[in-house]
Parts: sequence; structure tokens; C-alpha cells
Amino acid sequence: MGKVIKYEKDNIDTDVIIPGQYLKLHDYDEIAKHAMEGIDPDFHSKVQKGDFLVAGRNFGCGSSREHAPIALSQCGIKGVIAVSFARIFYRNAVDGGFLLPIEVDEETYKKIGNGDQIEVDIGTNQIKNVTKNQTYAMKPFSEIVAKIISAGGLFKYKPD
Amino acid sequence: MNITEKILARASGKSKVAPGDIIFANVDKAMIHDVSGPGVIKVFEKLQKQGIPTEKLWDSSKVWVAEDHFVPSAEKISAENIVKLSKFTKQYGIQKHFKYGMGQYGICHTLSHEEAMVLPGEVYVGGDSHTNTTGALGAFACGLGHTDVAYVLLNGKIWFKVPETLYFKLNGKLPEHMMAKDLILKIIGDIGTEGAAYEAMQFGGSGISEMTVESRLTLCNMTTEAGAKNGIIEPDQKVFDYLGQRGATGYTPVHGDDDAQYAKVYEYEASELEPTIAKPFSPENIAVVRDIAGVELDKSYIGSCTGAKYEDLEAAAKILKGRQVRIRTEILPAAISIYKRAMENGLIKIFLDAGVTVGPPTCGACCGAHMGVLAKDEICISTTNRNFPGRMGHVESQTYLASPLVAAASAVTGKITDPRDL
Repeated sequence: MGKVIKYEKDNIDTDVIIPGQYLKLHDYDEIAKHAMEGIDPDFHSKVQKGDFLVAGRNFGCGSSREHAPIALSQCGIKGVIAVSFARIFYRNAVDGGFLLPIEVDEETYKKIGNGDQIEVDIGTNQIKNVTKNQTYAMKPFSEIVAKIISAGGLFKYKPD
Repeated sequence: MNITEKILARASGKSKVAPGDIIFANVDKAMIHDVSGPGVIKVFEKLQKQGIPTEKLWDSSKVWVAEDHFVPSAEKISAENIVKLSKFTKQYGIQKHFKYGMGQYGICHTLSHEEAMVLPGEVYVGGDSHTNTTGALGAFACGLGHTDVAYVLLNGKIWFKVPETLYFKLNGKLPEHMMAKDLILKIIGDIGTEGAAYEAMQFGGSGISEMTVESRLTLCNMTTEAGAKNGIIEPDQKVFDYLGQRGATGYTPVHGDDDAQYAKVYEYEASELEPTIAKPFSPENIAVVRDIAGVELDKSYIGSCTGAKYEDLEAAAKILKGRQVRIRTEILPAAISIYKRAMENGLIKIFLDAGVTVGPPTCGACCGAHMGVLAKDEICISTTNRNFPGRMGHVESQTYLASPLVAAASAVTGKITDPRDL
């Protein structure tokens, strides 16, 4: 179970998730200190291991910087729940084994509130909102994405 | 099959692929720079701890390296990254490392075409989102993160979902006061920053045939801002000549079939287009330049892979010749070869006479790294490709994206200006 940190915004881009000036950093803990700095400088101190970030459409658009999923995951974020994801962020999250990029419909996005306690079951594709006693469906991962996630990242995945 | 599908079919050893297919494509060229390179090195370190071998690259002759984001080294951390990168290329026997202070160097995407590092028909991946740029040469060019690039460097292949292709047709030649940047901003405004997510954007039509190779590169560069996996243009004689002048031979261009399929076709009439600008804080937030003319500016920035190729500098020089800038203006040619040509042809003198600061090739302030980043509340017009909050500096600075003609005209007046109204 993890708590929800919600930003009711579309197009949260990689410059917001980890501003360009920090791209020179490659120590994961140092990167994590600046997670979401463009929108919420206190983010890293709010997160506990296993929490979920919730946002709107096109999360992670912009740069290819792997710093973005690294920053969130190193803070403790287990998964980002969004209406849609930009492609490189999505790939980086999955192939690097950093966090779960979970797609939900607009209605579910609206129902999940900041601070709610939730559980995500990627086996049954369900999100359980313990605080509100609700259950939502998440969009199932595609076959290859599910396999890479279950392997723990691209390097551990053995193509058929 | 269309050109993207044909390249991916060849690269994955299949006779046919269709949108939605998952393939492992053999990669022809891979690029890292001073941000993604140290990122890849970090992935290698993690793999070593897990007992996954990293001693040998799949083919070091197919890997090339650029120094562009934090160069000349902005401070000591970036200086250390450059040293790290040099050690990496030495260790793995990578010959093509363009080092600043040692002849030709520049922004990776600019070198990809200036140095003919990527050829028609190839699968090219780079550790940078604007890798899409080089699709203008008729290659499948796609940006990836550090783990994916590390995987390519060690295995020579990577998985892709074959994308649907959106086809953008330009009828007629763009008029003199317009550049490719105006067209691509218009397109992004029309389809949105998610409008081509996971898809290919292909450009064609008489207006594209009329365009220079450099203009086509601007179009493909900005497909990233619509979320596209790749931007691509069928290669023609202009591309073959451009590459020939740079010593490239022995490649096999790929063309789409006559019955190629596209998910959607968009048509634009060149004669109906207007100089276009993207307002803060998104490349999709477009306006016609004349509709917002007069907005006061603090700075004009003419740089980046998108907006500091030779013809971009020529366009700026056309405006700045014999005039003075009224606001801080920086021009940073995107590669040394371009800088040199600009000097030989008198462009640099025009810029200096106009009061412009001319800088070295660097991604610099485009990504908020260094060399001209913006303060709180500063307003900049820029030939770069993104204007998200904080992109070029302070999160409360503002960036307007425009063509080099518009950025130069605005530098002269200190306000957003259509070049026709100067």
C-alpha cells in the first residue's frame, strides 16, 4: 500500500520532473533531491517508499533523460498513475526497471485523491483505493512490457 | 509498406512489418553525449554489479560520441563528465569522439548530418530525444534513454513497436519570410504535444521537395515535441548530394512502396501559412507572429540543433546586416564547421557589428544548462525547440519559440516582430 501524491496537471514534462541543470548529476541520491523541483521543491521529503504519483495526460513529455524515472524511483515512488505517458519516459521507466507506468482512464484519474492510500495489483490490473473503498481498472500492459516488468528490466528480459 | 516500416522490416530481418508489431531491430549507428554517456556508464556499473558482462561493445565502429550539453565545461561536475566520457571512448576503442577544443565538434544532432554520421536507410538511435532530427536524411532515427542505449551498445539491437505513420503534405514552396520552423510549429499547434505520441511523422509533397536538407532537418527535429517516435522524409537527390559533399558513399536508400499506408494525412498550403510562434509554456501554444507582435522581450537566443544550422545563421544575418540589436542577443553556431563557414562568409562580422554575442557550439541555455540561462521573469525569444516551465533557466522565465528570421527581427526591435514588418 502506498500514498498518493497527486498533481492535477497534463503534460508534466521532464524539465519539471528534473530540471536541465541537474543532468550533469549521475549519483541517484543527488538526482532524487531535485525530483519534481519545477513544480514542488519539497517533493522528495514528502515521499515514502511505495508511494504513487498521480497526474494527467502525457506525463514525462520532453527529453530522453533517464534522470526523470530515476529521480522519482530513488525518492521511493513505486509507480506513476497517469492518463497517458510520453514514450521515452515510459520506455525508460520499464526498460530500466525503475517504476511502474500505469495508465488509467480520465474518470479514475479524477477519483483518486491526493493522500489516498492505494494498492496496485498488476496481476489483475486493479487499483484498490483503501481510503475511499473503491476499485478501479488500470489499462493492462502490452505483452512485451509486462514481460520486461516481470523480468525486472530489459537486461534481465530474455526475448522468446 | 511506408519508409519507416520498410527500414524496420529490413533491420529486423522480416519481409513485412505492420504498425503494432513488436520487433527487435538491428541498429546501424548509436550516439551518446556528455549527458547520456555518463548515464550509460552508470548503467554499465550497475550491470557489472549484477554480473552482466560489459567488457566489449557490439561494434565500437558504429558508436559515436558528442560533447554538447555542458561544454565548454560549465563547472567541475561537467568537466568530470567530459573526462569520464573520454576514458569510456578510449577503453572501448570508439574512434569517432568529437571533442571540444579539438577541431570539429558541436551539437550531436548537427554532427549527425554535418559529418554524415547517419545514412539513408539506417536505424539510428541516440541518447537524446531530438535524435529524430536525422530522419530527414531518410533514416529511422529515434531517441532513447540510458538503459536502452546501454542495451544497444552491448547487444546491437533494441525492441520497438512499429509505429503508425502520420503523413504531412506541404503543397507549394514556403515564401521567403517563412522557414521550416514556422511550418512545424503550426503542425504541433494543430495536433498538440501528444498528437503523434508513439507514432511516426513523415513529411512530403512539393513544398518538402523544394526545401533544403537543413530545413527538412528542422521539421524532423521538432517531431519530438509532438511526441513522435521518429520523423522521416523520403531521401532524394538533394540528400544524396548533401551526403556526397560530406564524403558519404556506399549506402542503400530505402523508399516507401507505391501502396504505402498512412494512419492519417494532413495537408498544408504553403501560400496560406504565416510566420508562427509558440508562446510559453508549450510548443503547442502557437500564435501567428503578427497577432502577438509587440510583446516586449529581454533576450533573443539563436542557437541549438533546431535553430543554428548554417541556413539559420544566414537567415539571421539577412535581418541583422547593418542593424543593431536592442536586447541581449546570443548566436551560437551548432557546430564548428558551421561557425567556420559563417566566419568565412562574413556572417560572424555581421553579428558582432550588430552587437550580438557569438558563442561556441553548445546546447547551452536551450536546456537551461549554462551560457545565457534566463532569470526569473526574463522573457526570451528563441530558435530552440522547447519552452516548458524552467526549460531555459528560472521556472518563472518565459520562452517564445520562433524561426531565426523572427528571432533576429525581434532582436532588432526588442519586441516580437514579423520579419516583414521590420
